[in-house]
Amino acid sequence: MPRWRIPLRAPVALAAAGLLLSGCANPSVGSADDDPTKPVTLKFWHGWSAPGEVKAINDSIARFEKLHPNIRVESTGNVTDATINQALRAGGGEAPDVVTSFTTNNVGQYCDSGMWADLDPFMRKSGLDKTKVFPKTLLDYTSYDGDQCALPLLADAYGMYYNKDAFDEAGISRPPRTMSELEADAKKLTKRAGGGSYKRVGFMPNFRLYQNSPDRLFAQWGPTYFDAKGDSRLAKDPATSKFFDTAHKLVEAQGGYNALERFRTSFGDEMSTQNAFMNGKLAMHLDGEWRGLMLNEAKVGFDWGVAPLPVPDDQAGTYGRGYLTGTVAGIAHSSRHQNAAWELVKYLTADTDQVVSFANAIHNVPSTFAALKSPKLDADPTFRTFLDIAQNKYSQVMPPSTNGGMYITSLQDFSYSVEAGKVHDLEKGLRELDRQIDADTLQSKS
Amino acid sequence: MALTLSSPARRRLRTLGFLSPWLIGFSVFFAYPLIATVYFSFMHYNQIQKPDFVGLRNWKYVFEQMPLFGPALWNTLWLVVVMVALRVVFGLSLGLLITKIKTGAGFFRTAFYLPYLAPPVAATVAFVFLLNPSTGPVNEILAHVGITGPNWFNDAAWAKPSLVLLSLWGIGDLMVIFMAALLDVPREQYEAAELDGAGAWSKFRYVTWPSITPIVMFAVVTGVVQTMQYYTQALVAGKIASGVSIGPGSVIQPGYPDHSTLTVPQLVYSMGFQNFNTGAACVLSLVLFAIAMAVTMLLMRKRSGLLAAED
Repeated sequence: MPRWRIPLRAPVALAAAGLLLSGCANPSVGSADDDPTKPVTLKFWHGWSAPGEVKAINDSIARFEKLHPNIRVESTGNVTDATINQALRAGGGEAPDVVTSFTTNNVGQYCDSGMWADLDPFMRKSGLDKTKVFPKTLLDYTSYDGDQCALPLLADAYGMYYNKDAFDEAGISRPPRTMSELEADAKKLTKRAGGGSYKRVGFMPNFRLYQNSPDRLFAQWGPTYFDAKGDSRLAKDPATSKFFDTAHKLVEAQGGYNALERFRTSFGDEMSTQNAFMNGKLAMHLDGEWRGLMLNEAKVGFDWGVAPLPVPDDQAGTYGRGYLTGTVAGIAHSSRHQNAAWELVKYLTADTDQVVSFANAIHNVPSTFAALKSPKLDADPTFRTFLDIAQNKYSQVMPPSTNGGMYITSLQDFSYSVEAGKVHDLEKGLRELDRQIDADTLQSKS
Repeated sequence: MALTLSSPARRRLRTLGFLSPWLIGFSVFFAYPLIATVYFSFMHYNQIQKPDFVGLRNWKYVFEQMPLFGPALWNTLWLVVVMVALRVVFGLSLGLLITKIKTGAGFFRTAFYLPYLAPPVAATVAFVFLLNPSTGPVNEILAHVGITGPNWFNDAAWAKPSLVLLSLWGIGDLMVIFMAALLDVPREQYEAAELDGAGAWSKFRYVTWPSITPIVMFAVVTGVVQTMQYYTQALVAGKIASGVSIGPGSVIQPGYPDHSTLTVPQLVYSMGFQNFNTGAACVLSLVLFAIAMAVTMLLMRKRSGLLAAED
């Protein structure tokens, strides 16, 4: 019987050719050579999904199209950062021209990788002086290493919502301003139920609760995440251990981690009317300015108020501060209509009337100097509290990093272990966390 | 002038023609991805900029600086050993039971097979709901009989066993395979064994087992390969049980609670498509591939393992 000798050169050659192609192939590269006055269709991807928010952004687009009749905008909502990341890396004709992100965490990655185009040349062409239009804090979180690849499209400020009826019942006259007041009030407001459960928790500090990501509460201490060289310095910053100590005290004052965590897992969806604060299961709650609109729409059965989150006792003078983040908008590197795309980005982020209308419609903090001072801005006092937090000089944003929010994820992971009592030597754990963040940062650099 | 080929050359071309569908499939879907994975494991590549050669940096990062690699590998191997073994034992036991049932066999076969048809995501969501420590009906029933139920998917010690429970619930695929194998065992052999005075255990040990060994091996090998790729159920269970809100700007962190459900495929996805650390993702994929190959080779070392006793 003949012995078959199958030539292997063909598949090997195929594989090698494919490999070679993969090495050379990069996602499509866009250009800024287009004429923005010529007819064009722009693809705009955003993250808004609630009906009211979608209507607000669609109304904004309609206003833009009226001003620029030659530009048609095809918008797609409810798009996550993961989808944008993958679509822009894959390239192709269906990739978006204008993109937004609901978080500032990934801006460093977008700028450093070149995935979002640098907007400075467009601003220069349009004569837009960014320092006169946008507050510095917001410009900082939309740039990385001098590359302004995004602009703020409304901001989010975090404060504390509180149940006024529960406060009256517990005999508390005003919201707490320091962490020790928070601990005392939280204890008074907590009501236990049978079987080790709760009827209501005063203030749940558990880091997995809704918006309670550790970096948000940590902002009240004003930490410095990186030193001048860009190395992580969480272990060196005394604020870090004080923050974890406070969080631990809050947990212990209200029944301990396991009991609170068990109660937390019974909570309904954050963005529904089953939200635990809206259901009266939480008396005080860390959240963003958009929650006020939801509380009004849901007509919750209690009187509620808003205040800045308390600050550490030794930093009482910084009361009024809070964590800031926001939606950011940019132009995809692969867009072949970058000049037209800039017209849309400029309109959405820098046009005062547009910014005010949109901020009022979705209850977000305006992101330009002019819009913040506009008389047309919603006069609702609860909303105004967030405007004050946004303009407080001690309010904090997360520093951008080349690997996006990876260091925040590492901090979250570490914080979960700390709150569960699994980190026995905090100082050592923080040093290891710093080493980990530095290793991840180095790994992301070429 | 017409091209004339010698007889051996024509034969080789014909052979190549017949083999070309396989060769193309093998090159495109196996050889190329494997070679590309090895290539990118030595590159810094964020899927935007051109790849840069970085030597062993990605390998060092994975083995020395990635704290989640150890837990992910441990969890994957734990699931391979425990889940595969229990699924095979449970599937075989169920197959034996079903083949013995005289009345209502059709109903029981359908009842045990149906869960396998449930979409993995829906089944996992339902399980997390049923096993919710605070509001789930399972713990409520346990409480009625005086037992304090565990925290199931919310407890690092119970999360993996809960996933095993979920996989046993969807045992329909293995049950059907074992049932077919058991029905294929010649009846005469059982009759001969009975005449020799063999009891139930002896009949299973000396008649059933030698006949179904290839099917058991098939179940083990495919089970190992599938479990090495375990992703969806662990991710969904962790995400739902954690109760963490995932908005358009946030990233799903797999592994809840305490990385106890983090598997290597999840880490590959996180590295490759959330952090765009392609090099590290390729290293992880190669480690997974090497382990899967080693385990499969070990299981198939004796060719007889895939042959029935009389072959």
